[in-house]
Amino acid sequence: MLIVKHLKFNYHTAAEDESAMEFPDFSLARGEEKLLLGASGTGKTTLLHLVAGMLTPEQGSVELAGEDFGAMSSAARDRHRGRHIGIVFQQPHFVQSLTVLENLMMPGLLTGQTMDQSYAQELLEELGLGHKIWAAVSALSAGEQQRVSIARAVVHKPGLILADEPTSALDDDNAKAVLDLLRRQAQKAGAALLIVTHDNRLKSQFESKVELPLRAGIAYGATKTRKA
Amino acid sequence: MKLNLVSIARRNVFHRPLSTGLSVLLLAFGVGMISILLLVQRQLTEDFDRNINDIDMVLGHKGSPLQLILANVYHVDVPTGNISLHEAEEIVAHPFVESGIPLAYGDNYRMFRIVGTEWSYPAHYDCELSEGRAWDVPFEVVLGAGVAEKEGLSLGDTFFSAHGLTDESDVHADKTFVVVGLLKRSGSVIDQLILTSVETVWAVHEHVDAEAVAAGEPMPEREITAMLLKKRNPLAILTLPNLLRDSNMQIALPSIELNRLTQQFGIGLQTVRAIAVLIMVLSFISVFIALFNSLRDRRYELALMRTMGGTPGSLFTLVVTEGLWMTCMGIAAGLLLSRVGIAVLSSVVSDQFHYDWSQMGPAPGEWLLVLLAFFVGLVAAAIPARSVLKMDISRTLGAGR
Repeated sequence: MLIVKHLKFNYHTAAEDESAMEFPDFSLARGEEKLLLGASGTGKTTLLHLVAGMLTPEQGSVELAGEDFGAMSSAARDRHRGRHIGIVFQQPHFVQSLTVLENLMMPGLLTGQTMDQSYAQELLEELGLGHKIWAAVSALSAGEQQRVSIARAVVHKPGLILADEPTSALDDDNAKAVLDLLRRQAQKAGAALLIVTHDNRLKSQFESKVELPLRAGIAYGATKTRKA
Repeated sequence: MKLNLVSIARRNVFHRPLSTGLSVLLLAFGVGMISILLLVQRQLTEDFDRNINDIDMVLGHKGSPLQLILANVYHVDVPTGNISLHEAEEIVAHPFVESGIPLAYGDNYRMFRIVGTEWSYPAHYDCELSEGRAWDVPFEVVLGAGVAEKEGLSLGDTFFSAHGLTDESDVHADKTFVVVGLLKRSGSVIDQLILTSVETVWAVHEHVDAEAVAAGEPMPEREITAMLLKKRNPLAILTLPNLLRDSNMQIALPSIELNRLTQQFGIGLQTVRAIAVLIMVLSFISVFIALFNSLRDRRYELALMRTMGGTPGSLFTLVVTEGLWMTCMGIAAGLLLSRVGIAVLSSVVSDQFHYDWSQMGPAPGEWLLVLLAFFVGLVAAAIPARSVLKMDISRTLGAGR
């Protein structure tokens, strides 16, 4: 499903090469799960955005569902990502003017896939949100918002589910509940699950892990101090 | 539930009722004012042109020439005074004058003017009988289509007249008018008149004259209010005023007086038009600002839509569609507003002047107005919408520094 090779990225903000990041190679098949672990400043979110084709790497390639993001136009990347990836962001965002159910219909609408509304409804029922399907998203509690955003990431049955720090703001019980939810939904959709986090509590839960190295002594703080 | 970019755009627009409302309101007023100007202009031009219908000159009592024209061609003002029929006929007999139509009035029936004239008057406006016959003896009248319709009068009906042109208090209860003919609708001022012979008008006021004669005054001359003239020779316009210098009569030219009137109107119309254009410019700025603000508030939302498969092109379309929703609502509300406005004006105009202003179809230039407003709305939406084309979704969603 996902093959990441020789990835190198540079934000070109601090001019020098120090801001260049190199990432380890890894791959993920459908049904597999993997934890990407790294401390602050190791480029976790950057890697997630590279994998999702939201950033273009300086070197290396990201191959998703047999196609290389690097070979696509910007619009084609958007469509390819929409069709094959579901992303759970650290902060849930929604289209505010639409209802919960309508937000769940967005991925299908934007990629032009026909989507089954009853499946979206089922999914919400399963997450205990059956009574909220016609609610405005602004009327949801933080926990409900996170569940809706997970539902939205799986509703169009993507091959890959990406989750950015899904548990780090939660207490132990809730972190476990969210992790279970993500795993169950990924399994149900037959999707690969890639969780990006610095939350060490998850470490023991995963067999397959990639740890991002601290960048040769130039983690964030160090770079900034030196530049200053 | 059918979601597509157009319906999402509509939802987004209605999600911000205040800022959308302001933009729509401003646009509605701008479009509405210009549209009502166009409607009034069409109505005025049509009314003026139709009623002027080659009347070259109007002969009447000295006074304001504009008043003379308004009173005798359009029947909206009081006459300047009466003139001697004999003297007027001398002018008609002048070799430079081809023909003349006498008009005599002084009475009304329920505010509709009773005009003593000759059959050549309705004939001049190509106005034909729909029922009955022309008047023959005094007190027989032929009704314009508007009068018959509004008062529900038909052949054989009778009524009393009231003295004056606008007042119903002084009824001549001893003189009974009989309806002998009805005219077809012509769209001209004839529709709103009651026509009869000149003799009728004289006869209505005879009892007054009789008292005066009894008191020892001489029998007054036969008088009319005005004479509509058609020239045979263009020199008439130069020659006739000289002939009239020592009389109590004057000649007025409808075309010149109307030009003067529209010029005076014109300043007012231009001011209103300038204000309307200003409001429209403001409304487009408001559409621009509304979208600009909403894009700033929604940048996460838009970046999110990109991660879910929305292309920059589809998001651009979404934002422009939002602008067009506002523009279209504003245009629609503006056109509606101008129709309501013209309907109100129409009731005033038909009560006071018996003119029919109920034409609601698109006025000339209104299509252009709609097209122009739509196009400017498109531009006002496209400028802020360009920012979604250049959006860096990774940065917006919080990666990097």
